[in-house]
Amino acid sequence: MLVFDRPKALCDVPLHYCPGCTHGIVHRLVAETIDELGIEGKTVGIAPVGCSVMAYDYFNCDMIEASHGRAPAVATGVKRSDPDNLIVFTYQGDGDLASIGTAETVHAAARNENITIIFINNAIYGMTGGQMAPTSLPGQVTQTSPYGRDPKLCGYPVKVCEMLSELEGPEYLERVTVNSVKNVRNAKRAIKKAFQNQIDGKGFSLVEVISSCPTNWGMTPQEALKWIDDKMIPYYPLGVYKDRSAGIFAHSQEASK
Amino acid sequence: MADKVLMKGNEAIAEAAIQAGCRHYFGYPITPQTEIAAYMAKRMPKIGGTFLQAESEIAAINMVYGVSAAGKRVMTSSSSPGISLKSEGLSYLAGADLPALVVNCQRGGPGLGGIQPSQSDYFQATRGGGHGDYHMIVLAPSSVQEMAQLTIKGFELADEYRMTSMILADGTIGQMMEPVSFDFEIKEQIEKPWATTGTKMARKHNIVNSLYLNPEQLEVTNIERYKRYDIIKEKEAIAEEYLVDDADIIVAAFGIAARVSKNAVNQARAEGIKVGLIRPITLWPFPEKAFRKAAEHAKQIICVELSMGQMIEDVRLSTECKVPVSLCYRVGGMIPTPDQVYQAIVEAAKKGEK
Amino acid sequence: MAKLTFREDECKGCGLCTFACPKQILRLSNEKINKKGHHPVECIDMEACIGCASCAIMCPDCIIKVER
Repeated sequence: MLVFDRPKALCDVPLHYCPGCTHGIVHRLVAETIDELGIEGKTVGIAPVGCSVMAYDYFNCDMIEASHGRAPAVATGVKRSDPDNLIVFTYQGDGDLASIGTAETVHAAARNENITIIFINNAIYGMTGGQMAPTSLPGQVTQTSPYGRDPKLCGYPVKVCEMLSELEGPEYLERVTVNSVKNVRNAKRAIKKAFQNQIDGKGFSLVEVISSCPTNWGMTPQEALKWIDDKMIPYYPLGVYKDRSAGIFAHSQEASK
Repeated sequence: MADKVLMKGNEAIAEAAIQAGCRHYFGYPITPQTEIAAYMAKRMPKIGGTFLQAESEIAAINMVYGVSAAGKRVMTSSSSPGISLKSEGLSYLAGADLPALVVNCQRGGPGLGGIQPSQSDYFQATRGGGHGDYHMIVLAPSSVQEMAQLTIKGFELADEYRMTSMILADGTIGQMMEPVSFDFEIKEQIEKPWATTGTKMARKHNIVNSLYLNPEQLEVTNIERYKRYDIIKEKEAIAEEYLVDDADIIVAAFGIAARVSKNAVNQARAEGIKVGLIRPITLWPFPEKAFRKAAEHAKQIICVELSMGQMIEDVRLSTECKVPVSLCYRVGGMIPTPDQVYQAIVEAAKKGEK
Repeated sequence: MAKLTFREDECKGCGLCTFACPKQILRLSNEKINKKGHHPVECIDMEACIGCASCAIMCPDCIIKVER
């Protein structure tokens, strides 16, 4: 009996990511979700600029490459071109979603745009060689914060789920990670829910996946997964930040309605 | 709909877009083109279309990118500073070979400039605006009727050649009211097998993309695109020629400047001066042939522009500097008067007599 | 009895599967070098495999097939 194999929605090509990079795990979870929900034929994915820029080569559904940060706007256009038939997701990194594309992210959320966003937060710009990201931790050493990120000079990290949870718009916001078997299973559940929400017409669903970048963090893949536990999760707590249908609100005023 | 309706130029664009089958409009408020958004906001919900006020011009052009990728007719409109913001998106649309219609109702610049009419985005429009080797089809209406007509043509050319059509208008034509007939023949929309409409598990996945990490491949893509541009240059350049055949002096002007110039040409003709007008309707492709032909008999060309002289470069290039070309201009939101142009013609005529 | 199949040439030798395996029966090969130039994963005791798929779940390159 087959227990585990490559999902069909994932193209049968080798991924270009560095050894131990968790992008591959998240790609697979998205592809498994597409398979399980039987939506490959009506799904359109939007790839960002960053390490996952070539995600269009990895998913068997129709794919669009967006300019840096604009994936939620592109997704808005695609979804609204055929709202009853298309399932639209974006796959974006932290530089793309939380720095250059902050406005597009916030406003797609505020509109409760019926799209699914998979947000990879690995606290660094990977593709360009390890610069400070909007989500780099205070003190984190990167190519452009060689003495450690000093909040006095360059401010504090952007906590995307917390920030968006203050908006009335979004349907579902959850932060997960993929640094253990248990956490990967949990991430899969969240990603599947974010797609199911769109099918059910519930609206804007974003899953933030705390991920690793062993190459630019300067660690072995296994050390990087441990660093997620030790450093990332204390700063970026896992959990559901908003689930309107389930009555979970981070915003107390909204909850009291 | 043979009857004429009195409309503002901007509204004529919006109505024509709807008649051309455009059901998606994305915009961001900016003077002097907000009538387009207002018209779309009223009409789109009634006809099952989408009007969305985006969070920025950048978001709006990327929403356009999304709808276009999904194979539907789509448009946005803005004015000069907003077009600068959209330029990134225009480059990506070109790189991904996506059709779209973009309206630039020009105002004075640079920077925040002013809100009065201008033609100083000619370079930006005809040279591309964004990064990389690319062009847009640039259409320059000079009446409210043409605002409507060229909008429909813009959609058709955009689909045919898979590129952006820009309506390069200005605050005056956008705001003024004239009777318009919407008695157009509109061609059936062409198939877009490349569009990302979902594979329906019936074909290989479509990818809309402008990234080519392999330089050989990127070179070939650019060269192929320019072959398409050559066809457009050959087939699609249009100009209105008015009293050109026997003219010693040619006035070159587009859009609002051409309307002003026509009055001056008529006045000068009444005085016996042999002057004609060439009005480019497509600014890219530039109607080079019309100018080359006129340069065979004309002795002088006067370029009338609401800029410090931008189209004048294309006039000089097309006539290969065989004929002296002078500039008659106002900028900053000012418009040349017919008398200013008339005086320029008279002066040119005097020079010609010497 | 469970069975693991590896797409050996696509393995990048990151080793995440080896840490995930509850039976500790996976390791990066000492001898082999694959087409990518990595030491690929190998199973040293297939008999002991319980087919839990933990290795496959952690594999970023989706190179492991699990049958039971």
